[in-house]
Amino acid sequence: MLDVVIALIPAAICSFVFYGWREVLLMAVSIASCVLLEWAVTKFMLKKPSTIGDFSAVITGMLLAMNLPYTTPLWVVVIGAVVAIGVAKLTFGGIGQNIWNPALVGRVFLLVSFPTYMTTWGAPQGIVDAVSGPTPLGAIQEGLLQGSTVQEIMASNGYSYSQMLFANLGGSAGEVCALALLAGFVYLCIRKVIKPWITLSIFATVALTALIFWGVNPERFTDPLFNLLSGGLVLGACFMATDYVTSPMSLWGGVIFGVGIGFLTMMIRYFGSYPEGVSFAILIMNSVVPLLNMWFHQKKFGRK
Amino acid sequence: MVKIIIWTIAVVTVLGLVLALVLYLVAKRFKVEEDPRIDEVEKAMPGANCGGCGFAGCRAFAEAAVKAPNLDNNFCPVGGNETMAKVAQILGYEVKEKAPMVAVVRCNGTCQARPRINNYDGYASCKVKAALYSGDTGCSYGCLGCGDCVNACQFGALSMDPETGLPVVDQEKCTACGACVKACPKHIIELRPKGPRGMRVFVSCVNRDKGPVAKKACANACIGCGICAKTCTKEAIVIEGNVAYIDPAKCKLCRECEAMCPTGAIHGVGFPKPLDKDAVKARIKERQLKEKEAKDE
Amino acid sequence: MSKHTFSIGGVHPHDSKISRECAIEQLPLAPVVYLQLSQHIGAPAKPIVAVGDKVKVGQPIAEPGGFVSAFIHSSVSGTVKSIAPRPDLAGNPQMCIEIAVEGDEWAEGIDLSDTLVTEIPEDDKAIIEKIRLAGVVGLGGATFPTHVKLSPPPGSKCEMVIINGCECEPYLTSDFRVLLEKGEQMVVGAAILSKVMGNVPCTIAIEVNKPEAIAHIQEIIGKLGYKGISVMPMKMRYPQGSEKQLIDAVMHRQVGSGALPISVGAVVQNVGTALAVYDAVQKNKPLVDNVLSVTGECFPHQANLQVRVGTPIKYIIDYLGGMPEDAVKVISGGPMMGRAIANLEASTLKGTSAILFLTAKQTLRAPETACIRCGKCAGACPMGLEPFLLYRYAKVNDLEALEQNAAQDCIECGCCLYSCPAHIPLLDNIRQAKGAVLGAIRARAAAAKAAAEAATVTPSAAEGSKK
Repeated sequence: MLDVVIALIPAAICSFVFYGWREVLLMAVSIASCVLLEWAVTKFMLKKPSTIGDFSAVITGMLLAMNLPYTTPLWVVVIGAVVAIGVAKLTFGGIGQNIWNPALVGRVFLLVSFPTYMTTWGAPQGIVDAVSGPTPLGAIQEGLLQGSTVQEIMASNGYSYSQMLFANLGGSAGEVCALALLAGFVYLCIRKVIKPWITLSIFATVALTALIFWGVNPERFTDPLFNLLSGGLVLGACFMATDYVTSPMSLWGGVIFGVGIGFLTMMIRYFGSYPEGVSFAILIMNSVVPLLNMWFHQKKFGRK
Repeated sequence: MVKIIIWTIAVVTVLGLVLALVLYLVAKRFKVEEDPRIDEVEKAMPGANCGGCGFAGCRAFAEAAVKAPNLDNNFCPVGGNETMAKVAQILGYEVKEKAPMVAVVRCNGTCQARPRINNYDGYASCKVKAALYSGDTGCSYGCLGCGDCVNACQFGALSMDPETGLPVVDQEKCTACGACVKACPKHIIELRPKGPRGMRVFVSCVNRDKGPVAKKACANACIGCGICAKTCTKEAIVIEGNVAYIDPAKCKLCRECEAMCPTGAIHGVGFPKPLDKDAVKARIKERQLKEKEAKDE
Repeated sequence: MSKHTFSIGGVHPHDSKISRECAIEQLPLAPVVYLQLSQHIGAPAKPIVAVGDKVKVGQPIAEPGGFVSAFIHSSVSGTVKSIAPRPDLAGNPQMCIEIAVEGDEWAEGIDLSDTLVTEIPEDDKAIIEKIRLAGVVGLGGATFPTHVKLSPPPGSKCEMVIINGCECEPYLTSDFRVLLEKGEQMVVGAAILSKVMGNVPCTIAIEVNKPEAIAHIQEIIGKLGYKGISVMPMKMRYPQGSEKQLIDAVMHRQVGSGALPISVGAVVQNVGTALAVYDAVQKNKPLVDNVLSVTGECFPHQANLQVRVGTPIKYIIDYLGGMPEDAVKVISGGPMMGRAIANLEASTLKGTSAILFLTAKQTLRAPETACIRCGKCAGACPMGLEPFLLYRYAKVNDLEALEQNAAQDCIECGCCLYSCPAHIPLLDNIRQAKGAVLGAIRARAAAAKAAAEAATVTPSAAEGSKK
């Protein structure tokens, strides 16, 4: 589990560079409340040995903070942590038992409960200058509603792919720097901590779905590369969909899980009322995991 | 506006009626005819679903009891005679009283009596331990002390005594469901009649090794010497495979065997007074003298 | 580097072959030996000597108790003192023949010279009979009677004999030393095995952490000029030495669940067995001794000893300087599959391959934490099973689900336990479940057989009652 924390550090540093001390404070509050809550619940309510030593609460805290705009009030972050650890994780029996990714449950809870805080992107206060304003996905959805084409919106906002890769577009900490997240993903793969096929199948499905729609109508639909790099896709695909507890164990189960996430993400992005759909897609597919685990087994020696 | 409301109400009503019809037809088509007495019997059961009766649960027992011609083979050990009386009343069968039973641990190899020669550091389960080796002590028949029986008990009647390392049965809580008997890989636990006012005498050892071997492994072991069987005037004790067994049906609770046992493997429980060994021994001696005289004459 | 290895799972424990440089040493005779009657898979042997009888080395003292069973020979010369149950390595009572050693007189007809006999007898049946009479069993661990393995059921055909020199278990070096010091005899033994199976090719599989052995055996094969015998260097990986895994690695064929290796045309024999076959066929020498490693980081006098079967463990340890102080566990076999010895008074068996000493630190089990479904156990399982799933079913004793998920295929290699980051006692519980499932399968088979018999009997019985 420590490996996941290490893998998240580049992205955390990036977010500090762009958003400054406020982001550090946000992350500290998120991690502290997650760990504290886990400790308190396991000790006083479940009366089980504490599980904070396994770093799972730290990871939940980090992921939760990375999913929030840096301007989120701290009390909202604490509520998110309560939902993530208290509701999504410990009510199911703690580590290993939860059905949904805790950080995502926390994030989605906040998104539907406090939409104002969750979609207000304040001016960055970081070390480097960065573009403020809505996330690219948000901007495009706004623009499309007003009748502009994708190209017009991209041009008027000055989005470019290199920007998206190296990050200085608006968004939450986890959305800003795709490269830092990918570095973490590569580290996890080298350390054999995660199963790369889930992440890769998500990327492939997103690219393919976007390619089809974009090929049909480039004015209405965004292109594949934009979809791969924007929003929380990289964070979600690398760090949240690959969570051991809430992902299928077998190769084919994982691939189907990834395809489902990718497809649902694109459907929500293109046709849903939310500009971003990775969180919802992962949570929906999390619910299917027990079935996938039941249907797909690895090949047994000497059997068909 | 009004139109919308009317339409909504109409659609929902029609939908409701159609679904009700479907439900009704399905219920009618797939109705399962069941003896209503099964439900009644199930209600009378304790509802522990422990499986002590030999069926999967209380429902399965109820089904079997209703089908059976009498209650001879069906007995709920948990509910005991009270429950069975109710069941018999529902089904119109004759009531058959059974002596209440209790689980008895037939090992008294305490930590002091059984020197430890090995330390087990594997998975704490008697079943796993028994598959790997004979146990921590020289006795390959005795309690392994990992508490599979305690875990098997649904009624909290068993607990491990940290001092002796042996399980202890709380006879108030024990329902004689037999879960512990099945859980014990060494077959140490036995269901025995509780006895009048909870008084019973049993051999608390199952070691089948020959005397000296058993004695070396455990100071409290039954060494199969046969003194108890010779002492017993009721012929209640048999020695088989170097270990004594007291037939509860024949035992009259005189406690003479308990007094005579050289290793203390015979235990009497539930008696109001502690056993006065010397007095009993004197009594036996007197009787034996008399018998001898009678024989000589 | 060789790429030959099995296709699914496996782990890479450190090989720790610390006793690899110790040449094979002859252990002096113990004052008394205890020969267990059940030293092989199958029915225990039946004693054919009585208390007080004088026996010589190599004289049969117990005959097979069934079809799958083996002869047992006296490993010493002396007097039979008792035939009685004694606690075995696990402390459970087992029938043993106790022999007090007096001198070292061998039975007649046994060739004790060192000359290498390379000429193989013509008659296959006579060879197998010699192997049977010599009480040879598989020395790789399973101790399956070799003559049974060499007599495949009609209709099956052997295509390759594989000699297992992988020794993939950490610490063990006895097979390695045999390959180095008794390579010639071993190769002749392999040639005998391949001839008996119908002059099929023979592959000697050796892992690449034993380069000296690979080179040495290749040289011997060249020198002796046997055709069809070859050495296959194997990639280091545990459990390569498992029969099914080795066949997969060498022949790329997978033995089905519950099937025998012969069903895919393979016969696997261990290096030690090949040597015992040589001794039996060429020298008339029955299986009365074997080579075992005595090793462990905390044990200063590591050795590879040639030990007479039935020598008390304690005698071996005392000979090598006694129990090391910081050893808390003595294991018979390797650290992955070996079993802790509960009783040092017990004696070695034909299949005992090592005595391993481990310290408290080495045997420490970390506290168990929750399963997070990382799937490492499933990835490590060489049988492609899902140990986490089997563990869960084992906990609730769901035999049907266990059988569906192939708990009976488990080879008890311990890879799941080794790879689990949460230190869950997977194997401990799965081994239990496997036994229960196998029991259920056997009971079902017996019931089916009984039903079939009843079906054939009933009509005639009915007729009989009519009359």
